[in-house]
Amino acid sequence: MAIPKVCGIETEYGIQLSGPGDANPIAASSILINAYVSHLGRQDRPPGRASRVGWDFEDESPGRDARGFAREGAMPPEVETHLVNAVLTNGARFYVDHAHPEYSTPECSTPLEVVRWDKAGERTLAASMAAAGDILPPGQRIVVYKNNSDHKGNSYGCHENYLMDRAVPFSRISQHVMAHFVTRQIYAGAGKVGCEAPSTGGVAVPYQLSQRADFFEEEVGLETTLKRPIVNTRDEPHADPQRYRRLHVIVGDANLAEVATFVKVGATALVLAMIEDDWFGERDLSLATPVRAIRQVSWDLSLAQPLELAAGGTITALGLQWELFGLARKYAEDRGLSCLGSEEVGREVLRRWEAVLAGLESDPSSLAGQLDWVAKYQLLSAYRERHGLNWSDHRLAAMDLQYHDVRPERSLFARLSTERLVSEDEVLEAMTEPPRSTRAYFRGRCLQRWAASVAAANWDSIVFDLGGDPLRRVPMMEPLRGTASHVDTLLNRCESPAELLEQLGS
Amino acid sequence: MAERELKKKSAPARDTEVVEETPQASEKGEKLKAELDDLLDEIDEVLEDNAEEFVRNYVQKGGQ
Repeated sequence: MAIPKVCGIETEYGIQLSGPGDANPIAASSILINAYVSHLGRQDRPPGRASRVGWDFEDESPGRDARGFAREGAMPPEVETHLVNAVLTNGARFYVDHAHPEYSTPECSTPLEVVRWDKAGERTLAASMAAAGDILPPGQRIVVYKNNSDHKGNSYGCHENYLMDRAVPFSRISQHVMAHFVTRQIYAGAGKVGCEAPSTGGVAVPYQLSQRADFFEEEVGLETTLKRPIVNTRDEPHADPQRYRRLHVIVGDANLAEVATFVKVGATALVLAMIEDDWFGERDLSLATPVRAIRQVSWDLSLAQPLELAAGGTITALGLQWELFGLARKYAEDRGLSCLGSEEVGREVLRRWEAVLAGLESDPSSLAGQLDWVAKYQLLSAYRERHGLNWSDHRLAAMDLQYHDVRPERSLFARLSTERLVSEDEVLEAMTEPPRSTRAYFRGRCLQRWAASVAAANWDSIVFDLGGDPLRRVPMMEPLRGTASHVDTLLNRCESPAELLEQLGS
Repeated sequence: MAERELKKKSAPARDTEVVEETPQASEKGEKLKAELDDLLDEIDEVLEDNAEEFVRNYVQKGGQ
Protein backbone atom coordinates (compact mmCIF):
# COMPACT_ATOMS: atom_id res chain seq x y z
CA MET A 1 0.00 0.00 0.00
CA ALA A 2 1.34 3.42 -0.91
CA ILE A 3 2.63 5.40 2.06
CA PRO A 4 1.06 8.79 2.88
CA LYS A 5 2.29 11.44 0.48
CA VAL A 6 3.58 13.97 2.99
CA CYS A 7 4.46 16.94 0.83
CA GLY A 8 5.62 20.54 0.67
CA ILE A 9 6.77 23.30 -1.68
CA GLU A 10 9.97 25.38 -1.57
CA THR A 11 9.95 28.61 -3.56
CA GLU A 12 12.85 30.85 -4.50
CA TYR A 13 11.41 34.32 -5.02
CA GLY A 14 12.72 36.86 -7.49
CA ILE A 15 14.12 39.90 -5.67
CA GLN A 16 14.75 43.41 -6.91
CA LEU A 17 16.53 46.14 -4.96
CA SER A 18 16.03 49.59 -6.38
CA GLY A 19 17.33 53.02 -5.48
CA PRO A 20 20.82 54.19 -4.53
CA GLY A 21 23.38 51.73 -3.20
CA ASP A 22 24.70 48.34 -4.08
CA ALA A 23 22.02 46.11 -5.59
CA ASN A 24 23.41 42.90 -4.13
CA PRO A 25 20.61 40.30 -4.14
CA ILE A 26 22.17 38.22 -1.36
CA ALA A 27 22.37 41.22 0.95
CA ALA A 28 18.86 42.30 -0.04
CA SER A 29 17.51 38.81 0.69
CA SER A 30 19.19 38.84 4.09
CA ILE A 31 17.79 42.27 4.90
CA LEU A 32 14.35 41.08 3.90
CA ILE A 33 14.35 37.98 6.09
CA ASN A 34 16.01 39.65 9.05
CA ALA A 35 13.49 42.49 8.84
CA TYR A 36 10.62 40.01 9.01
CA VAL A 37 12.05 38.07 11.94
CA SER A 38 12.89 41.26 13.87
CA HIS A 39 9.47 42.66 13.14
CA LEU A 40 7.80 39.57 14.60
CA GLY A 41 10.14 39.63 17.56
CA ARG A 42 9.00 43.17 18.36
CA GLN A 43 5.36 42.23 18.29
CA ASP A 44 4.10 41.44 21.72
CA ARG A 45 2.00 38.39 21.07
CA PRO A 46 3.70 35.32 22.44
CA PRO A 47 1.79 32.58 20.57
CA GLY A 48 2.73 33.92 17.14
CA ARG A 49 6.25 34.96 18.03
CA ALA A 50 8.90 34.06 15.50
CA SER A 51 12.20 33.02 16.85
CA ARG A 52 15.71 33.81 15.86
CA VAL A 53 16.27 30.11 15.84
CA GLY A 54 18.76 29.09 13.20
CA TRP A 55 18.92 26.12 10.89
CA ASP A 56 20.80 22.99 11.88
CA PHE A 57 22.82 21.60 8.96
CA GLU A 58 23.72 18.31 10.63
CA ASP A 59 21.75 16.16 8.20
CA GLU A 60 22.09 18.03 4.94
CA SER A 61 23.47 15.98 2.04
CA PRO A 62 22.26 17.46 -1.25
CA GLY A 63 25.06 15.73 -3.16
CA ARG A 64 23.76 12.21 -2.55
CA ASP A 65 22.30 10.58 -5.66
CA ALA A 66 19.13 8.48 -5.54
CA ARG A 67 20.48 6.17 -8.20
CA GLY A 68 23.01 5.00 -5.65
CA PHE A 69 26.29 6.15 -7.13
CA ALA A 70 28.72 8.87 -6.21
CA ARG A 71 29.50 11.49 -8.78
CA GLU A 72 33.02 11.64 -10.05
CA GLY A 73 34.83 14.78 -11.05
CA ALA A 74 31.96 17.03 -10.05
CA MET A 75 31.33 19.07 -6.95
CA PRO A 76 28.12 18.45 -5.07
CA PRO A 77 25.62 21.29 -5.29
CA GLU A 78 26.67 24.18 -3.15
CA VAL A 79 25.02 24.78 0.20
CA GLU A 80 25.45 28.28 1.54
CA THR A 81 25.56 27.55 5.22
CA HIS A 82 26.63 31.00 6.33
CA LEU A 83 23.56 32.84 5.13
CA VAL A 84 20.41 33.84 6.95
CA ASN A 85 18.31 30.89 7.96
CA ALA A 86 15.21 31.13 10.09
CA VAL A 87 12.70 28.60 11.30
CA LEU A 88 9.22 30.02 11.71
CA THR A 89 6.57 29.06 14.24
CA ASN A 90 4.43 27.63 11.45
CA GLY A 91 7.16 25.04 10.93
CA ALA A 92 8.42 26.64 7.70
CA ARG A 93 12.01 27.49 6.79
CA PHE A 94 12.70 31.03 5.56
CA TYR A 95 16.22 31.60 4.28
CA VAL A 96 18.59 32.88 1.62
CA ASP A 97 19.41 30.45 -1.14
CA HIS A 98 21.36 31.18 -4.32
CA ALA A 99 20.80 34.94 -4.05
CA HIS A 100 17.05 34.56 -3.55
CA PRO A 101 14.80 34.61 -0.51
CA GLU A 102 13.34 31.13 -0.19
CA TYR A 103 10.33 29.94 1.74
CA SER A 104 9.81 26.23 2.34
CA THR A 105 6.39 25.26 3.57
CA PRO A 106 6.22 23.01 6.60
CA GLU A 107 5.49 19.35 5.90
CA CYS A 108 1.83 18.98 4.94
CA SER A 109 -0.32 15.86 4.88
CA THR A 110 -2.74 16.92 2.12
CA PRO A 111 -2.50 18.95 -1.12
CA LEU A 112 -5.01 21.38 0.38
CA GLU A 113 -2.67 22.07 3.30
CA VAL A 114 0.10 22.72 0.78
CA VAL A 115 -2.08 25.36 -0.89
CA ARG A 116 -2.69 27.02 2.46
CA TRP A 117 0.91 27.09 3.70
CA ASP A 118 2.26 28.03 0.27
CA LYS A 119 -0.12 31.00 0.16
CA ALA A 120 1.01 31.85 3.71
CA GLY A 121 4.50 32.04 2.21
CA GLU A 122 3.37 34.74 -0.23
CA ARG A 123 1.92 36.72 2.67
CA THR A 124 5.15 36.21 4.63
CA LEU A 125 7.16 37.68 1.75
CA ALA A 126 4.75 40.63 1.46
CA ALA A 127 5.04 41.25 5.21
CA SER A 128 8.83 41.01 4.91
CA MET A 129 8.85 43.68 2.21
CA ALA A 130 6.80 45.98 4.41
CA ALA A 131 9.13 45.35 7.37
CA ALA A 132 12.21 45.96 5.21
CA GLY A 133 10.68 49.22 4.02
CA ASP A 134 10.85 50.49 7.59
CA ILE A 135 14.59 49.96 7.90
CA LEU A 136 15.97 50.64 4.41
CA PRO A 137 17.54 54.05 3.70
CA PRO A 138 15.23 56.57 2.03
CA GLY A 139 14.82 55.91 -1.69
CA GLN A 140 15.73 52.22 -1.44
CA ARG A 141 13.14 49.56 -1.98
CA ILE A 142 13.01 45.78 -2.12
CA VAL A 143 10.35 44.14 -4.27
CA VAL A 144 9.71 40.42 -4.43
CA TYR A 145 8.18 38.33 -7.23
CA LYS A 146 6.80 34.80 -7.10
CA ASN A 147 7.97 33.74 -10.55
CA ASN A 148 10.75 31.60 -12.01
CA SER A 149 12.51 33.61 -14.69
CA ASP A 150 13.88 37.08 -15.38
CA HIS A 151 13.16 36.70 -19.13
CA LYS A 152 16.89 36.94 -19.77
CA GLY A 153 17.86 33.32 -19.37
CA ASN A 154 18.10 33.18 -15.58
CA SER A 155 15.77 30.84 -13.74
CA TYR A 156 15.13 30.10 -10.07
CA GLY A 157 13.09 27.27 -8.74
CA CYS A 158 9.87 26.20 -7.17
CA HIS A 159 10.44 22.67 -5.89
CA GLU A 160 7.95 20.15 -4.60
CA ASN A 161 8.76 17.32 -2.23
CA TYR A 162 6.89 14.06 -1.75
CA LEU A 163 7.53 11.31 0.78
CA MET A 164 8.04 7.93 -0.86
CA ASP A 165 8.71 4.38 0.20
CA ARG A 166 12.42 3.60 0.04
CA ALA A 167 11.60 0.09 -1.24
CA VAL A 168 10.42 1.46 -4.60
CA PRO A 169 13.26 1.31 -7.16
CA PHE A 170 14.20 4.79 -8.32
CA SER A 171 14.25 3.63 -11.94
CA ARG A 172 10.53 2.80 -11.70
CA ILE A 173 9.81 6.27 -10.34
CA SER A 174 11.66 8.07 -13.11
CA GLN A 175 10.23 5.79 -15.81
CA HIS A 176 6.62 6.62 -14.97
CA VAL A 177 6.75 10.10 -13.51
CA MET A 178 8.68 11.63 -16.44
CA ALA A 179 5.68 11.76 -18.80
CA HIS A 180 3.57 13.31 -16.05
CA PHE A 181 6.19 16.02 -15.46
CA VAL A 182 6.37 16.79 -19.18
CA THR A 183 2.60 17.10 -19.60
CA ARG A 184 1.26 18.52 -16.32
CA GLN A 185 2.29 22.02 -17.41
CA ILE A 186 -0.97 22.25 -19.35
CA TYR A 187 -2.60 23.08 -16.02
CA ALA A 188 0.40 23.78 -13.76
CA GLY A 189 2.21 26.26 -16.02
CA ALA A 190 2.37 29.85 -14.78
CA GLY A 191 2.61 31.30 -18.31
CA LYS A 192 5.44 33.35 -19.82
CA VAL A 193 5.84 35.96 -22.52
CA GLY A 194 8.56 34.96 -24.98
CA CYS A 195 11.11 32.20 -24.93
CA GLU A 196 14.50 31.64 -23.28
CA ALA A 197 15.56 28.38 -24.89
CA PRO A 198 18.84 28.58 -26.86
CA SER A 199 16.93 27.81 -30.05
CA THR A 200 13.31 27.31 -31.04
CA GLY A 201 14.07 25.74 -34.38
CA GLY A 202 12.22 28.51 -36.15
CA VAL A 203 9.03 28.22 -34.08
CA ALA A 204 7.59 31.56 -32.98
CA VAL A 205 6.95 31.55 -29.23
CA PRO A 206 5.22 34.80 -28.28
CA TYR A 207 3.70 33.24 -25.16
CA GLN A 208 4.12 29.82 -23.57
CA LEU A 209 2.51 27.72 -20.84
CA SER A 210 5.49 27.39 -18.53
CA GLN A 211 8.08 29.65 -16.92
CA ARG A 212 10.54 26.79 -16.48
CA ALA A 213 10.28 24.48 -19.51
CA ASP A 214 12.96 26.38 -21.47
CA PHE A 215 15.54 25.51 -18.81
CA PHE A 216 15.41 21.71 -18.79
CA GLU A 217 18.21 19.97 -20.65
CA GLU A 218 18.44 16.45 -19.21
CA GLU A 219 16.06 13.61 -18.41
CA VAL A 220 17.46 12.42 -15.08
CA GLY A 221 20.21 13.91 -12.93
CA LEU A 222 21.47 15.46 -9.73
CA GLU A 223 21.95 19.05 -10.90
CA THR A 224 19.54 21.81 -9.96
CA THR A 225 21.23 25.00 -11.19
CA LEU A 226 22.54 24.04 -14.63
CA LYS A 227 21.72 21.29 -17.11
CA ARG A 228 18.54 20.89 -15.10
CA PRO A 229 16.99 17.41 -15.27
CA ILE A 230 13.26 16.69 -15.53
CA VAL A 231 13.63 14.06 -12.81
CA ASN A 232 16.00 15.13 -10.04
CA THR A 233 17.92 12.46 -8.15
CA ARG A 234 18.84 14.33 -4.98
CA ASP A 235 18.66 11.69 -2.26
CA GLU A 236 18.22 13.55 0.98
CA PRO A 237 15.18 12.11 2.75
CA HIS A 238 15.15 14.35 5.85
CA ALA A 239 13.63 11.27 7.50
CA ASP A 240 14.56 7.68 8.30
CA PRO A 241 16.68 6.79 5.23
CA GLN A 242 15.98 3.07 5.64
CA ARG A 243 12.25 3.58 5.18
CA TYR A 244 11.83 6.72 3.11
CA ARG A 245 12.97 8.75 0.21
CA ARG A 246 11.90 12.30 -0.57
CA LEU A 247 11.23 12.84 -4.24
CA HIS A 248 12.65 16.29 -4.96
CA VAL A 249 10.76 17.76 -7.91
CA ILE A 250 12.47 20.72 -9.58
CA VAL A 251 10.45 20.86 -12.79
CA GLY A 252 7.47 22.96 -11.67
CA ASP A 253 6.48 26.62 -11.91
CA ALA A 254 5.58 28.76 -8.90
CA ASN A 255 1.81 29.08 -9.03
CA LEU A 256 -0.33 31.88 -7.65
CA ALA A 257 -3.68 30.35 -8.61
CA GLU A 258 -4.76 28.04 -5.78
CA VAL A 259 -6.51 25.54 -8.06
CA ALA A 260 -3.32 25.19 -10.12
CA THR A 261 -1.23 24.45 -7.01
CA PHE A 262 -3.86 22.04 -5.72
CA VAL A 263 -4.16 20.00 -8.91
CA LYS A 264 -0.39 20.07 -9.52
CA VAL A 265 0.41 18.67 -6.07
CA GLY A 266 -2.64 16.41 -5.84
CA ALA A 267 -2.23 14.80 -9.26
CA THR A 268 1.51 14.34 -8.74
CA ALA A 269 0.99 12.74 -5.31
CA LEU A 270 -1.53 10.36 -6.88
CA VAL A 271 0.78 9.43 -9.75
CA LEU A 272 3.53 8.72 -7.20
CA ALA A 273 1.19 6.59 -5.09
CA MET A 274 0.29 4.60 -8.22
CA ILE A 275 3.99 4.09 -8.96
CA GLU A 276 4.54 2.91 -5.40
CA ASP A 277 1.73 0.37 -5.73
CA ASP A 278 2.96 -0.70 -9.17
CA TRP A 279 -0.42 0.32 -10.59
CA PHE A 280 1.01 1.00 -14.05
CA GLY A 281 1.90 -2.66 -14.48
CA GLU A 282 2.86 -3.18 -18.11
CA ARG A 283 1.31 0.13 -19.08
CA ASP A 284 4.10 2.35 -20.39
CA LEU A 285 3.36 5.96 -21.24
CA SER A 286 7.04 6.88 -21.59
CA LEU A 287 7.80 9.58 -24.13
CA ALA A 288 10.46 9.04 -26.77
CA THR A 289 12.17 12.40 -26.25
CA PRO A 290 11.09 13.98 -22.95
CA VAL A 291 13.46 16.99 -23.11
CA ARG A 292 12.22 17.94 -26.55
CA ALA A 293 8.64 17.23 -25.54
CA ILE A 294 8.68 19.45 -22.46
CA ARG A 295 9.35 22.46 -24.69
CA GLN A 296 6.97 21.35 -27.41
CA VAL A 297 4.19 21.18 -24.84
CA SER A 298 5.05 24.53 -23.29
CA TRP A 299 5.22 26.33 -26.62
CA ASP A 300 1.94 24.97 -27.97
CA LEU A 301 -1.08 26.96 -26.81
CA SER A 302 -3.35 24.79 -28.95
CA LEU A 303 -2.52 21.79 -26.74
CA ALA A 304 -2.66 19.75 -29.93
CA GLN A 305 1.03 18.97 -30.42
CA PRO A 306 1.54 15.22 -30.91
CA LEU A 307 4.31 13.76 -28.74
CA GLU A 308 6.14 10.60 -29.70
CA LEU A 309 5.72 7.67 -27.35
CA ALA A 310 8.71 5.41 -26.70
CA ALA A 311 6.57 2.39 -27.50
CA GLY A 312 5.53 3.90 -30.84
CA GLY A 313 2.66 6.15 -31.85
CA THR A 314 1.90 9.63 -30.59
CA ILE A 315 -0.22 11.29 -27.92
CA THR A 316 -0.98 14.89 -26.96
CA ALA A 317 -0.15 16.26 -23.51
CA LEU A 318 -3.86 16.46 -22.81
CA GLY A 319 -4.35 12.88 -23.99
CA LEU A 320 -1.54 11.71 -21.75
CA GLN A 321 -3.04 13.51 -18.75
CA TRP A 322 -6.42 11.87 -19.50
CA GLU A 323 -4.65 8.48 -19.48
CA LEU A 324 -3.09 9.23 -16.10
CA PHE A 325 -6.40 10.51 -14.77
CA GLY A 326 -8.17 7.34 -15.94
CA LEU A 327 -5.60 5.19 -14.17
CA ALA A 328 -5.94 7.32 -11.03
CA ARG A 329 -9.72 7.05 -10.98
CA LYS A 330 -9.54 3.25 -11.15
CA TYR A 331 -6.78 3.27 -8.54
CA ALA A 332 -8.98 5.33 -6.21
CA GLU A 333 -11.90 2.91 -6.62
CA ASP A 334 -9.65 -0.02 -5.84
CA ARG A 335 -7.30 1.33 -3.18
CA GLY A 336 -8.99 4.44 -1.81
CA LEU A 337 -7.32 7.82 -1.43
CA SER A 338 -5.94 7.76 2.10
CA CYS A 339 -2.47 8.29 0.62
CA LEU A 340 -3.51 11.92 0.02
CA GLY A 341 -3.99 12.40 3.76
CA SER A 342 -7.78 12.46 3.54
CA GLU A 343 -10.35 10.62 1.41
CA GLU A 344 -12.33 13.83 1.09
CA VAL A 345 -9.38 15.88 -0.16
CA GLY A 346 -8.44 12.97 -2.44
CA ARG A 347 -11.88 12.99 -4.06
CA GLU A 348 -11.61 16.75 -4.54
CA VAL A 349 -8.23 16.24 -6.26
CA LEU A 350 -9.86 13.82 -8.72
CA ARG A 351 -12.82 16.12 -9.30
CA ARG A 352 -10.60 19.17 -9.92
CA TRP A 353 -8.15 17.25 -12.07
CA GLU A 354 -10.98 16.02 -14.29
CA ALA A 355 -12.54 19.50 -14.43
CA VAL A 356 -9.35 21.21 -15.60
CA LEU A 357 -8.71 18.55 -18.26
CA ALA A 358 -12.32 18.86 -19.49
CA GLY A 359 -12.00 22.66 -19.50
CA LEU A 360 -8.72 22.56 -21.41
CA GLU A 361 -10.32 20.25 -23.96
CA SER A 362 -13.48 22.27 -24.57
CA ASP A 363 -12.42 25.87 -23.98
CA PRO A 364 -9.22 26.80 -22.11
CA SER A 365 -10.41 30.36 -21.61
CA SER A 366 -13.10 29.00 -19.27
CA LEU A 367 -10.27 28.26 -16.80
CA ALA A 368 -9.11 31.87 -16.39
CA GLY A 369 -10.34 31.72 -12.79
CA GLN A 370 -8.39 28.54 -12.06
CA LEU A 371 -5.09 28.40 -13.96
CA ASP A 372 -2.23 30.90 -14.02
CA TRP A 373 -1.21 30.51 -17.65
CA VAL A 374 -4.79 31.05 -18.82
CA ALA A 375 -5.46 33.99 -16.48
CA LYS A 376 -2.27 35.73 -17.54
CA TYR A 377 -2.83 34.99 -21.21
CA GLN A 378 -6.33 36.36 -21.14
CA LEU A 379 -5.26 39.56 -19.36
CA LEU A 380 -2.28 40.19 -21.62
CA SER A 381 -4.24 39.37 -24.78
CA ALA A 382 -6.99 41.81 -23.84
CA TYR A 383 -4.45 44.57 -23.12
CA ARG A 384 -2.61 43.79 -26.33
CA GLU A 385 -5.77 44.07 -28.40
CA ARG A 386 -6.95 47.23 -26.72
CA HIS A 387 -3.64 48.99 -27.46
CA GLY A 388 -2.77 47.19 -30.69
CA LEU A 389 0.57 45.89 -29.39
CA ASN A 390 2.98 43.25 -30.67
CA TRP A 391 3.79 40.40 -28.31
CA SER A 392 7.34 41.78 -28.17
CA ASP A 393 6.15 45.05 -26.65
CA HIS A 394 7.84 45.85 -23.31
CA ARG A 395 4.50 46.58 -21.72
CA LEU A 396 3.47 42.94 -22.06
CA ALA A 397 6.75 41.70 -20.61
CA ALA A 398 6.28 44.18 -17.74
CA MET A 399 2.76 42.92 -17.12
CA ASP A 400 4.07 39.35 -17.07
CA LEU A 401 6.52 40.27 -14.30
CA GLN A 402 3.97 42.31 -12.45
CA TYR A 403 1.47 39.45 -12.44
CA HIS A 404 3.83 37.83 -9.89
CA ASP A 405 4.53 40.89 -7.69
CA VAL A 406 3.66 39.77 -4.15
CA ARG A 407 2.48 43.22 -3.04
CA PRO A 408 -1.32 43.09 -3.01
CA GLU A 409 -1.55 46.68 -4.29
CA ARG A 410 0.74 46.01 -7.28
CA SER A 411 0.09 42.36 -8.12
CA LEU A 412 -1.90 41.89 -11.31
CA PHE A 413 -2.81 38.38 -10.16
CA ALA A 414 -4.41 39.86 -7.04
CA ARG A 415 -6.66 42.01 -9.21
CA LEU A 416 -8.12 39.02 -11.02
CA SER A 417 -10.76 37.18 -9.07
CA THR A 418 -9.37 33.67 -9.25
CA GLU A 419 -11.00 30.94 -7.25
CA ARG A 420 -9.91 30.43 -3.65
CA LEU A 421 -9.70 27.03 -1.99
CA VAL A 422 -8.71 28.38 1.42
CA SER A 423 -9.99 31.50 3.16
CA GLU A 424 -7.76 34.50 3.73
CA ASP A 425 -8.20 34.05 7.49
CA GLU A 426 -6.88 30.50 7.21
CA VAL A 427 -3.91 31.77 5.21
CA LEU A 428 -3.06 34.51 7.70
CA GLU A 429 -3.30 32.05 10.57
CA ALA A 430 -0.96 29.69 8.68
CA MET A 431 1.77 32.36 8.75
CA THR A 432 2.34 31.52 12.40
CA GLU A 433 0.47 28.25 13.05
CA PRO A 434 1.86 24.87 11.93
CA PRO A 435 -0.17 22.12 10.21
CA ARG A 436 -1.61 19.80 12.87
CA SER A 437 -1.10 16.65 10.83
CA THR A 438 2.70 16.23 10.57
CA ARG A 439 5.87 16.61 12.66
CA ALA A 440 5.81 20.31 11.71
CA TYR A 441 3.30 20.62 14.55
CA PHE A 442 5.87 19.63 17.16
CA ARG A 443 8.50 21.93 15.63
CA GLY A 444 6.13 24.88 15.43
CA ARG A 445 4.68 24.49 18.92
CA CYS A 446 8.14 24.16 20.50
CA LEU A 447 9.21 27.37 18.77
CA GLN A 448 6.04 29.17 19.82
CA ARG A 449 6.51 28.25 23.45
CA TRP A 450 10.24 27.88 24.03
CA ALA A 451 12.13 29.61 21.22
CA ALA A 452 14.69 30.95 23.70
CA SER A 453 15.65 27.38 24.59
CA VAL A 454 15.87 26.09 21.03
CA ALA A 455 19.46 26.30 19.76
CA ALA A 456 18.65 25.13 16.24
CA ALA A 457 16.12 23.14 14.28
CA ASN A 458 15.83 21.43 10.94
CA TRP A 459 13.38 19.11 9.20
CA ASP A 460 14.22 16.04 11.23
CA SER A 461 15.34 17.33 14.62
CA ILE A 462 15.20 20.09 17.20
CA VAL A 463 18.18 20.95 19.38
CA PHE A 464 17.47 22.38 22.82
CA ASP A 465 19.89 24.44 24.88
CA LEU A 466 18.89 24.32 28.51
CA GLY A 467 21.83 26.24 29.85
CA GLY A 468 24.64 24.36 31.61
CA ASP A 469 23.97 20.92 30.15
CA PRO A 470 25.16 19.75 26.75
CA LEU A 471 22.82 20.54 23.89
CA ARG A 472 19.95 18.05 23.64
CA ARG A 473 18.80 16.86 20.24
CA VAL A 474 15.27 15.54 19.76
CA PRO A 475 15.21 13.47 16.57
CA MET A 476 12.07 13.55 14.40
CA MET A 477 12.81 10.93 11.77
CA GLU A 478 9.14 10.04 11.21
CA PRO A 479 7.32 12.81 9.28
CA LEU A 480 3.95 11.65 10.61
CA ARG A 481 4.95 11.60 14.27
CA GLY A 482 4.74 14.75 16.35
CA THR A 483 1.26 15.63 15.11
CA ALA A 484 -1.29 17.45 17.25
CA SER A 485 -2.98 14.19 18.19
CA HIS A 486 0.37 12.71 19.26
CA VAL A 487 1.90 15.53 21.22
CA ASP A 488 -0.76 18.06 22.24
CA THR A 489 -1.47 16.39 25.58
CA LEU A 490 2.24 16.08 26.28
CA LEU A 491 3.00 19.68 25.33
CA ASN A 492 0.11 21.02 27.38
CA ARG A 493 1.30 19.07 30.39
CA CYS A 494 4.82 20.47 30.23
CA GLU A 495 5.58 23.89 31.60
CA SER A 496 9.19 24.06 30.51
CA PRO A 497 11.44 22.57 27.84
CA ALA A 498 13.32 20.74 30.61
CA GLU A 499 10.10 19.03 31.58
CA LEU A 500 9.40 18.18 27.94
CA LEU A 501 12.80 16.56 27.51
CA GLU A 502 12.35 14.63 30.73
CA GLN A 503 8.99 13.34 29.55
CA LEU A 504 10.43 12.43 26.16
CA GLY A 505 13.12 10.52 28.03
CA SER A 506 15.89 11.95 25.93
CA MET B 1 -12.31 39.63 -27.92
CA ALA B 2 -9.52 38.16 -25.95
CA GLU B 3 -11.66 35.21 -25.11
CA ARG B 4 -12.47 34.51 -28.70
CA GLU B 5 -8.85 34.76 -29.66
CA LEU B 6 -7.84 32.28 -27.01
CA LYS B 7 -10.50 29.83 -28.18
CA LYS B 8 -9.44 30.20 -31.76
CA LYS B 9 -5.74 29.87 -31.04
CA SER B 10 -6.29 27.02 -28.69
CA ALA B 11 -8.02 24.64 -30.99
CA PRO B 12 -6.87 25.05 -34.56
CA ALA B 13 -6.43 21.35 -35.12
CA ARG B 14 -9.89 20.37 -33.97
CA ASP B 15 -13.15 20.19 -35.82
CA THR B 16 -15.41 23.07 -35.14
CA GLU B 17 -17.97 21.89 -32.75
CA VAL B 18 -20.79 23.89 -31.28
CA VAL B 19 -20.89 23.31 -27.59
CA GLU B 20 -23.78 24.84 -25.74
CA GLU B 21 -22.51 26.55 -22.68
CA THR B 22 -24.39 25.98 -19.50
CA PRO B 23 -26.02 29.15 -18.17
CA GLN B 24 -23.79 28.98 -15.10
CA ALA B 25 -20.61 28.83 -17.13
CA SER B 26 -21.58 31.67 -19.43
CA GLU B 27 -22.68 33.79 -16.49
CA LYS B 28 -19.32 33.18 -14.89
CA GLY B 29 -17.62 33.97 -18.19
CA GLU B 30 -19.54 37.24 -18.50
CA LYS B 31 -18.57 38.20 -14.98
CA LEU B 32 -14.91 37.50 -15.62
CA LYS B 33 -15.05 39.43 -18.86
CA ALA B 34 -16.61 42.44 -17.14
CA GLU B 35 -13.94 42.31 -14.46
CA LEU B 36 -11.25 42.09 -17.09
CA ASP B 37 -12.63 45.19 -18.80
CA ASP B 38 -12.68 47.06 -15.50
CA LEU B 39 -9.14 45.97 -14.83
CA LEU B 40 -7.99 47.14 -18.26
CA ASP B 41 -9.60 50.51 -17.58
CA GLU B 42 -7.55 51.01 -14.45
CA ILE B 43 -4.46 49.03 -15.31
CA ASP B 44 -2.38 51.91 -16.62
CA GLU B 45 -2.46 53.42 -13.12
CA VAL B 46 -1.14 50.19 -11.65
CA LEU B 47 1.50 49.33 -14.23
CA GLU B 48 5.13 50.19 -13.63
CA ASP B 49 5.83 53.67 -14.97
CA ASN B 50 8.51 52.87 -17.47
CA ALA B 51 7.86 49.38 -18.79
CA GLU B 52 11.01 49.20 -20.87
CA GLU B 53 13.30 50.24 -18.03
CA PHE B 54 11.45 48.02 -15.56
CA VAL B 55 11.88 44.97 -17.78
CA ARG B 56 15.52 45.80 -18.57
CA ASN B 57 16.41 46.22 -14.89
CA TYR B 58 14.74 43.01 -13.82
CA VAL B 59 17.84 40.81 -13.78
CA GLN B 60 18.13 37.85 -11.41
CA LYS B 61 20.95 35.56 -10.43
CA GLY B 62 20.17 32.03 -11.53
CA GLY B 63 18.92 29.77 -8.78
CA GLN B 64 18.02 26.14 -8.47
